[in-house]
Amino acid sequence: MRIQYIAIAGSVALFLFIIYLIRQKKLREEYSFLWLFFSAVFIFFSFWRDGLDHISQLIGIAYPPAALFLILLMAVFVIMIEFSVIISKQSNWIKKMNQEVGILKLEIEKLKSADKAGS
Amino acid sequence: MKTLIIIPAYNEAENIINVISNLHDAYPQYDLLVINDGSSDNTGELAHSTHKASVIDLPFNIGIGGCVQTGFKYAEQNAYDIALQFDGDGQHMIHEIEKIIDPIIKEEADCVIGSRFIQNTETYKPNNYRMLGIYILRFFSFLYIGQKIADQTSGFRAYNKKCINFLSEHYPGEYPEPEVIVLLGKNNFRIKELFTQMRERQGGISSIPLWKGPYYIIRVLLSMSMAAIRSKSILNKKS
Repeated sequence: MRIQYIAIAGSVALFLFIIYLIRQKKLREEYSFLWLFFSAVFIFFSFWRDGLDHISQLIGIAYPPAALFLILLMAVFVIMIEFSVIISKQSNWIKKMNQEVGILKLEIEKLKSADKAGS
Repeated sequence: MKTLIIIPAYNEAENIINVISNLHDAYPQYDLLVINDGSSDNTGELAHSTHKASVIDLPFNIGIGGCVQTGFKYAEQNAYDIALQFDGDGQHMIHEIEKIIDPIIKEEADCVIGSRFIQNTETYKPNNYRMLGIYILRFFSFLYIGQKIADQTSGFRAYNKKCINFLSEHYPGEYPEPEVIVLLGKNNFRIKELFTQMRERQGGISSIPLWKGPYYIIRVLLSMSMAAIRSKSILNKKS
């Protein structure tokens, strides 16, 4: 039974920690959905101990803790893919900004020299 | 016809002044734009010092694709009719510029590629190892767009306004040359390839070292294939 208390405490703490981060604006809501979702899944299974056995039986996993690892791995994968998408999006933004800054610097230079010539 | 010569330059301090001066002397009617891709040497200062070219200093290095794309953005914003890519490393020959711009002026093509391989050339001879890569790229490119382009990786190209506006939005990032061919071909731009002499590099380092060859080919094939799939959605978006 002791492990169940630890599991409940751990997964609830994880959930609250994520809420805390969002509240402090250290984690943006748009990136927090998957974290909240998977920590809710962990809370769910730490309360409902037989759940893992049922699910293992259902999908044919002989050793129930393996189902736990499967869920964990899936969570890590999905969240990492989300990260890759976010990184790609941001490197696109950075590239665009880099290009704009470069072009703007040239435009400013041109304005300055036109100004000098005019005055 | 308002024409812009885009010169991407990354650590080309050895060549850049010569390239700018020679281009300016040969074609005073064309505007020159050097894009200094965050060089760690003084390429940017040297280019500025000539006062013969506009110089864009990118705040940091973004690679050849993003660098050339900056040129297209500038060309679009300043309403150029023709943009020509001319590499800053001295490989491309100045007297060949007119030849590849000509079909654009005559409206025979939207994009003209200066090719090393249509005729035998005495100035550029790749070894067998490189030829293998070249054949692979040719094959897949033909598969995707149904047009034979011999020199997939040539950066010596001229584009008309339609291409400028398209590429300023869609120019690929890494190893862009073969991917651009697929993008343009799939989107019904008319591509023409003309033979041009090219030199061995005068200075600087080749962008693809030999040991990276297989890696380069795989990366390029991946991006070409993605461009081929993606092009349909680009077309749909436009209409």
